[in-house]
Amino acid sequence: MFRRGAQNSELETTNNMLTIKNLRVAVEGKEILKGINLEIKAGEVHAIMGPNGSGKSTLGNVLAGKEEYEVLDGEVIYEGEDLLERSAEDRARMGVFLGFQYPVEIPGVPMVNFIKTSVNEHRKYKGLEPLTAGEFLKLMREKKELVHLDSQLTNRSVNEGFSGGEKKKNEIFQMAMLEPKLAILDETDSGLDIDALKVVSDGVNALKDPSRSTIVITHYQRLLDYIVPDFVHVLYQGRIVKSAGKELALELEEKGYDWLKTENV
Amino acid sequence: MEEQDKILHEVTSQEYKFGFVSDFESDSIPKGLSEDVIRLISAKKNEPEFMLNFRLDAYRKWLEMPMPDWAYLKVPPIDFQEIIYYSAPKKKPQYESLDEVDPDLLETFSKLGIPLEEQKVLAGVAVDAVIDSVSVKTTFKETLAEKGVIFCSFSEAVLEHPDLVKKYLGMSVPTSDNFFAALNSAVFSDGSFCYIPKGVRCPMELSTYFRINAAGTGQFERTLIIAEDSSYVSYLEGCTAPMRDENQLHAAVVEIIALDRAEVKYSTVQNWYPGNKEGKGGVYNFVTKRGICRGESSKISWTQVETGSAITWKYPSCILMGDNSVGEFNSVALTNNHQQADTGTKMVHIGKNTKSTIISKGISAGVSDNSYRGLVKVLPGAINSRNFSQCDSLLLGSTCGAHTFPYIEVGNKSSIVEHEATTSKIGEDQIFYCNQRGISTEDAIGMIVNGYAKEVLNKLPMEFAVEAQKLLAISLEGSVG
Repeated sequence: MFRRGAQNSELETTNNMLTIKNLRVAVEGKEILKGINLEIKAGEVHAIMGPNGSGKSTLGNVLAGKEEYEVLDGEVIYEGEDLLERSAEDRARMGVFLGFQYPVEIPGVPMVNFIKTSVNEHRKYKGLEPLTAGEFLKLMREKKELVHLDSQLTNRSVNEGFSGGEKKKNEIFQMAMLEPKLAILDETDSGLDIDALKVVSDGVNALKDPSRSTIVITHYQRLLDYIVPDFVHVLYQGRIVKSAGKELALELEEKGYDWLKTENV
Repeated sequence: MEEQDKILHEVTSQEYKFGFVSDFESDSIPKGLSEDVIRLISAKKNEPEFMLNFRLDAYRKWLEMPMPDWAYLKVPPIDFQEIIYYSAPKKKPQYESLDEVDPDLLETFSKLGIPLEEQKVLAGVAVDAVIDSVSVKTTFKETLAEKGVIFCSFSEAVLEHPDLVKKYLGMSVPTSDNFFAALNSAVFSDGSFCYIPKGVRCPMELSTYFRINAAGTGQFERTLIIAEDSSYVSYLEGCTAPMRDENQLHAAVVEIIALDRAEVKYSTVQNWYPGNKEGKGGVYNFVTKRGICRGESSKISWTQVETGSAITWKYPSCILMGDNSVGEFNSVALTNNHQQADTGTKMVHIGKNTKSTIISKGISAGVSDNSYRGLVKVLPGAINSRNFSQCDSLLLGSTCGAHTFPYIEVGNKSSIVEHEATTSKIGEDQIFYCNQRGISTEDAIGMIVNGYAKEVLNKLPMEFAVEAQKLLAISLEGSVG
């Protein structure tokens, strides 16, 4: 059974942007992810839902390469490469973007310098010349408009003194600048009022493209009214306990998570 | 860590690659210190009587003084009789071209963005006739002479402008000021002298000049800067290139005198050899720097970026005598591995309506200790005076230390003194955030540290601000992650 599954997924791997097989991850000795399997094709939007503490953010962080996460078992194939073998910065340069739940502040570093360094690191990885000042400013203007980012924000230090909504918009702005292949948005909706939520979702939708995939990690169904997923997965106690189409989100909204807990114990 | 050690090792273990390492064989005197040695130094330099008396007076006071032990430093015992107190600086090129110089050293230079011609000077390569330091000096000298600015070596000033030296030497830092100042006063070999006449705005930053000139820096350096009424000068000392010196003890003295409405900006970038990863070797830097705002509405500002030395003991200070005078101290002190720094400032408010600002940014990594020690003293007569102090510490990792020792004495009720202090850590979250945007850990640390120190770096002359930024990043390479 497992063997056949593996063969199948190997065939499919060629079509998949991301294949996660039996991923087990521990933090400080405690196992958080207990065997995740997930396949994502180019152009798809996957929502990962689940109650607090189920391992949603851990999954995002481990895909992005955060260090304190210990991979116990399993593999992650991204565009035919073993993602877990690569450094966090290389994963980013390969097109994996994590929109942070709590974007950190970096005092004294202007946002504009930060994103310029970032864009040029991505270009360097692809063997491209750095953007000229003119090209960069033009790109920045375009993308700022896309997410309705206040012009002044890019002159301020990275996330310093930004409101909750500004921080999230800033994440989407960076995503727009970097044009990742796989965007993982970790609770991008948390702390947003409905207007900001709409702006952020519009930004995400505007970047939707048959060659790009998105993983939306969220606690609430609300965001999925705006970013419509192709698949919804429920993560519970470190395992994906249910996967279905977008209608699952509505079901969860209605019934909560408890019915899944009893069903899957 | 390895990369940094490699660079440091390559740069520092081959001392003769640096043209400015003095050749002690040729013109030096026996080691040890006595009145005879001081007389010999003075005689070798053909000094006038008043200089000899200044030195002897300082020496006699030094004999009575104990070495200070109040700083948060562990200083190994120093045998002052084991030191050679005089050697004529001799500079001669070691190489014919840059091709012969260790490529790793050149890489460090180019990481720092030092122009090619200056790299040659620093590496001890014979420089082109057109741009050699003598001709550069001559050009500078002509421009300065037109304005009446005197800028020369201290020895030259003693011989050619004895009246100025006699009048101002020891005014800011008296011979009896402290143990190391007294020692310096007794035995100093050379240094720089700068005099800006009344109403003159010095036409250039005395920086590029100095960097080329800095090759001859000695162990006991003496600098005297005099700014006459309504004059202005910006002065830069030091070098971002890692400097090795076989003299382990450095005790320099810098004195600044600002008269009515004069302004002096003094900037330092100091990167002496800090010792190896285990803390062996490295320069002990005991420096006395003090400016005196003698005139009304005069201003002295100190800006320093300290990344080098095994031990740093240094408190650039301002005596605000003139009414409405202003003192500033802006400092970035970085310690890594086993380095120890106890640095800060003293602001002494004497005149009315005097103002001082202190911005200190400490950065500690490795197992280093980094202390800020500052005194703000407002005398009873200094009515309506103000001080603002901000002392921040940034820690990388959990094995280093940051300490703040503020001393505040206010002698009247109309003055206001404010002190703010913060301690923060470079978080793994910050680094991961940068990593996730494709920025490597080393670049991320450089970026975060420079952001933290920006307020001070902005005060440096432009070309050095850029070098200092790179220097901070290089000094921390490999210290996290």
